[in-house]
Amino acid sequence: MSVTLDIRLKRANKVYHEGESVAGIIVLSCKEAMQHHGISLSMEGLVNLQLSSKSVGVFEAFYNSVKPISLISCNIEVAKAGKIPGGKTEIPFEFPLNAKGNKALYETYHGVFINIQYTLRCDLKRSLLAKDLSRSCEFIVHCQPQKVNLGATPVNFTITPDTLQNIRERSLLPRFFIRGHLDNTTCVVSRPLTGEVVVESSDVAIKSVELQLIRVETCGCAEGYARDATEIQNIQIAEGDVCRGLPIPIYMVFPRLFTCPTLETTNFKVEFEVNVVIVLHDDHLITENFPLKLCRV
Amino acid sequence: RNVRSRWRNYDAELKSARLEATSLEFSDSHPLKPISVTDTKARRGTRKGSTSSSSSSSSLAAPDPLSCMLDGTDPLSMFAAETPSTLHVPFDARKKEDEPVGADFEPWSMKRGEILARFTTTEKLSINPGSSAVSEKVRTRLEELDDLEEGSQRELLNLSQQEYAHRIEELNQSLKEAWASDQKVKALKIVIQCSKLLSDTSVIQFYPSKFVLITDILDTFGQLVYDRIWSMCTDPRPLPDSFTVDDVNDTAKETCLNWFFKIASIRELLPRLYVEASILKCSRFLNKSGIQETLPRLTAMIRGIGDPLVAVYTRAYLCRVGMEVAPSLKDSLKRNFFDLLGTFRQISGESVRSQLLTQRVEMPEYLTLYSPAINWILQCSAYRAPEVWTETQRVKNALLLNSVMRAFRPEFVATRAMDFIGMIKDCDEAGFPKHLLFGSLGRCLACADPPESERLTILNEAWKVITKVRSPRDYVNCAEIWVEFTCRNFTKREVNTVLADIIKHMTPDRAFEDAYAQLQSVIRKILAHFHDFSVLFSMERFLPFLDMFQKDGVRVEVCRSIMDVFIKHQLEPTRDPVILNAVMHICKTMHDSVNALTLEDEKRSLSVLIIGFMRVSFGRDFEQQLSFCVEARATFCNLEPVLVHLIHTVNQLAMETRRVMRGNHSRKTAAFVRACAAYSFITIPSLSSIFSRLHLYLLSGQVALGNQCLSQADAFLKAAVSILPEVPRSISVEGKLRSSESFLLDFINNFLATLLVVPDHPEYGVLYLVRGVLNMVQDYTWEDNSDAKVRVYVCAIPLLAAMSQETYLYTIPKMDSNETLYGGDPKFLSEINKMCETLIGQILDHLKSLGREESTRRQGTLAFSLFCVLLAHGDLRNNKLSQLAVNLWNLSHKHGYCETRISVRTLEYMKHQAKQADMSHLSDTVQRLALQSRT
Repeated sequence: MSVTLDIRLKRANKVYHEGESVAGIIVLSCKEAMQHHGISLSMEGLVNLQLSSKSVGVFEAFYNSVKPISLISCNIEVAKAGKIPGGKTEIPFEFPLNAKGNKALYETYHGVFINIQYTLRCDLKRSLLAKDLSRSCEFIVHCQPQKVNLGATPVNFTITPDTLQNIRERSLLPRFFIRGHLDNTTCVVSRPLTGEVVVESSDVAIKSVELQLIRVETCGCAEGYARDATEIQNIQIAEGDVCRGLPIPIYMVFPRLFTCPTLETTNFKVEFEVNVVIVLHDDHLITENFPLKLCRV
Repeated sequence: RNVRSRWRNYDAELKSARLEATSLEFSDSHPLKPISVTDTKARRGTRKGSTSSSSSSSSLAAPDPLSCMLDGTDPLSMFAAETPSTLHVPFDARKKEDEPVGADFEPWSMKRGEILARFTTTEKLSINPGSSAVSEKVRTRLEELDDLEEGSQRELLNLSQQEYAHRIEELNQSLKEAWASDQKVKALKIVIQCSKLLSDTSVIQFYPSKFVLITDILDTFGQLVYDRIWSMCTDPRPLPDSFTVDDVNDTAKETCLNWFFKIASIRELLPRLYVEASILKCSRFLNKSGIQETLPRLTAMIRGIGDPLVAVYTRAYLCRVGMEVAPSLKDSLKRNFFDLLGTFRQISGESVRSQLLTQRVEMPEYLTLYSPAINWILQCSAYRAPEVWTETQRVKNALLLNSVMRAFRPEFVATRAMDFIGMIKDCDEAGFPKHLLFGSLGRCLACADPPESERLTILNEAWKVITKVRSPRDYVNCAEIWVEFTCRNFTKREVNTVLADIIKHMTPDRAFEDAYAQLQSVIRKILAHFHDFSVLFSMERFLPFLDMFQKDGVRVEVCRSIMDVFIKHQLEPTRDPVILNAVMHICKTMHDSVNALTLEDEKRSLSVLIIGFMRVSFGRDFEQQLSFCVEARATFCNLEPVLVHLIHTVNQLAMETRRVMRGNHSRKTAAFVRACAAYSFITIPSLSSIFSRLHLYLLSGQVALGNQCLSQADAFLKAAVSILPEVPRSISVEGKLRSSESFLLDFINNFLATLLVVPDHPEYGVLYLVRGVLNMVQDYTWEDNSDAKVRVYVCAIPLLAAMSQETYLYTIPKMDSNETLYGGDPKFLSEINKMCETLIGQILDHLKSLGREESTRRQGTLAFSLFCVLLAHGDLRNNKLSQLAVNLWNLSHKHGYCETRISVRTLEYMKHQAKQADMSHLSDTVQRLALQSRT
């Protein structure tokens, strides 16, 4: 006696905003009629925080993760104990997406130390002999459009041996002159990061030019706070010894789920940065860092 | 027994037997009328313009109706080609303007094979997966997958080119399999791995081919993704071809978006570019302007590729995709070209130089690697966009200039030929020799004409450079191209000069030996334009040019092609001594190539070509014609069909003389026709085919008779009789061994019919030749169990009957036959009767022996045929003969093999005959003939 349980959201992209209602159907399919002890559906939004082993001790990090913050939580009974007829049964449902109390619904974000996740979970209880069935499904929450001033303020940069910090022997460096600009450091999550980089001159051949997208996660806790920067992705925009003086486009799509509008709350912070990395043929690594402000419009 | 033939009144019989004549109306549509098709072939994109469609095959005085019909397009495909152009002309024209890509755009598929064949290597290749640096999460997932598909990512070293191609094909297959089994991530991974291979430029000579192989995989992938998303939208009905974003459902859009996000996160530049380009078509599902925005972005991203070769091929791929998905977006196509111009200086950069040094590749070879890609980019960007031209005028680089000439339409290049010559002169020659540039220019001019006034200057300028090319190989490659231009636009004088120059360059050190293909092509081009052979052979250097073909096979082939054209275009018989000498020389060359090892087919086709030449005519100068035949016989003695043709020609000549003299030969013409007879008489024995000899003896004998050359006729016929015993029992017909009996019987019957008009020789006995034939038949070793001999006897009886008439059925004008010679002499008649008796005796003996052998069917047939002969020719008033006839009838019906229908009709005929005067006796005979009813 096999039965399958599935949750299907009405929206193909599973994206919802605060105030909207999450609608869909529960699909039950079984070959013959089946007895059950009730079907329930719950919606939950959680922020999971974890302290990195760098900030606190390894074991501490393991045990002492911060308590999750619940953003939304509700539960409804879909069906009372009874019988489902054989074949496919579809049960429609609808939840209003409203935050608990005075809290706000943060945007879905999958990070290393911070996770903001929204799930629907359906449980089907059965008699003692048969196992209970459960199915969960993540849906995505986008925060409300923000009013941000997106004025086109390009950020120019120039990289020469002299502009570099954090080097031991400046005289050993080969000579190079690289300039460029980012079209804007206040970026819309759904639009790519753009700009240009020009290798005007370089004594040593260029091996690669890359864009490194960095997340900076900060968790506050009793002992203070932990701040960690990790790489989300690394996109190569130039390979090999590129033509001198020719503008090479900077273009990077922000990956979904792994990025969200820059977020700052009392307990935690999620921020983003981008590094323009130039690798020379002698494996010199030149990095220029730009903090980004992400937003959704 | 007393056999007598009945008396015949041929005129009366003919009148009574003649059908009533009705006048026929000739309609236009006679099935055998020559088909004349006028050329209305649709103009296709014949850019190479080499095949001139000479298909107006009205078979007027065509040398060979069959080959003429096959020449050019056959009527069916011509009809097919005709339909669209005639029926849909307005529609087509409209469509052409609308469609961004027309038939004149040479598609990628045409280039593919060319590139694969051209760029090969014998060096070892390797497939190096490199370090995949996708984001960590993806990487672990990929590693898990690795375990599933062991081996697909292993580094492969030391592959030969075939193994490499094979391996790539395997990847293509596993891509399809992965897709079919719903392993989309694995499929994507394979595609990424493959495109990564394109950043590897070790074994650089193979790079263009590698590009072709790998982009095939990308094409497959793009199509798979597109089809998948398209199939998600089939509910409720499939998407129309011209669908818009609004027709696409959310799930499909989401899937599509997912692909683009996935690809946007590919770490390395090259795979990201290639894979995104490969699924660019899918942008249609997401938004209207997707392609429009993505193409320029991808174009700009290519600037990030450092290696110029890798970059140029990426551009080529992007142009290919661009032409496919959005051919009207000219800007990014052009952008690609301009960026290419902008980065071209990289080729002379340090990194390229060191790369070439380690791979030990020379600069010119390296540059040729670029040409397929540049050609393609230019072809795309210049397609219906002549404004690109202004930009290209700044080009000072030879390689680029070469591509420019190949990319623009030949008409475009032709009208600016002088500009191009200027640019070629100016440009920097490093690594790319100028003669190649002139070669490309020549190729354009071969299919499109420059302005009339510039032509001579162009030729002079070009030839000035070409003639200075040192290496014979480079020289001839280039010269060969320019011959077409010269032939198209100039007269024999200029062509002659060009030929002289080629001879001058190719003769030292026998350089021509390595250039037969090009030299042959020169000849072909000249022949395609010069059909007037008096002009052709009056070029002084034409025959010396032919002398350069010293290898036998090639030489004969060239001669053949000349003769082909000669036969096709020299329709009027000529007597121009220049042509005759030259063609004779060419034919002799072909003839002299025949040796013991030559195949039959080869001999046959050579013979056909030489016979084509024999259609010369000296008008009324018959003697010269004969002496031409004498010369030809001496020259072509090894080709039997030619000799046969010559004998026919001479026989025809004799008959033509007779016609001109209206049958009254003067002393001079009589001597001439005897000379003709002598020619035939001494030529025939040299033929090996016995039947050719027999037929020609007979024919020549007939011609001699017609020309009142009695002794010559006698000689021919006697010769024919004398070689009869040599006829073998079986002969080879079309490669199969067959019994010669039927051929022999046919010949003898034909021969006997001629003998009616041959007067007896005064010195030999009566019916000397008839006896001769019959004796030969008697002595000939016929096949066992064959009635052939007796059938000849049966056939001889009608001849003897015809000979005994007072006036013969046919005679030769101005020649006395036996009827006049003997004037119905009783001795002559009794001689004939005696012969008939002997023959009938022989036949009856044979019939008896057949009875013994139980071959009753043969006996019946034979008896019936003799009965018919007696009925038709015998005088049945004679009781004995009529009794014999009745017996034969009975014998033929004895065993029931006779066909009743024929028997019935025979009886009806006899009854009908009996009604006529003098024939009433037949009714008695009929009474005695019983019809045998079959049980």
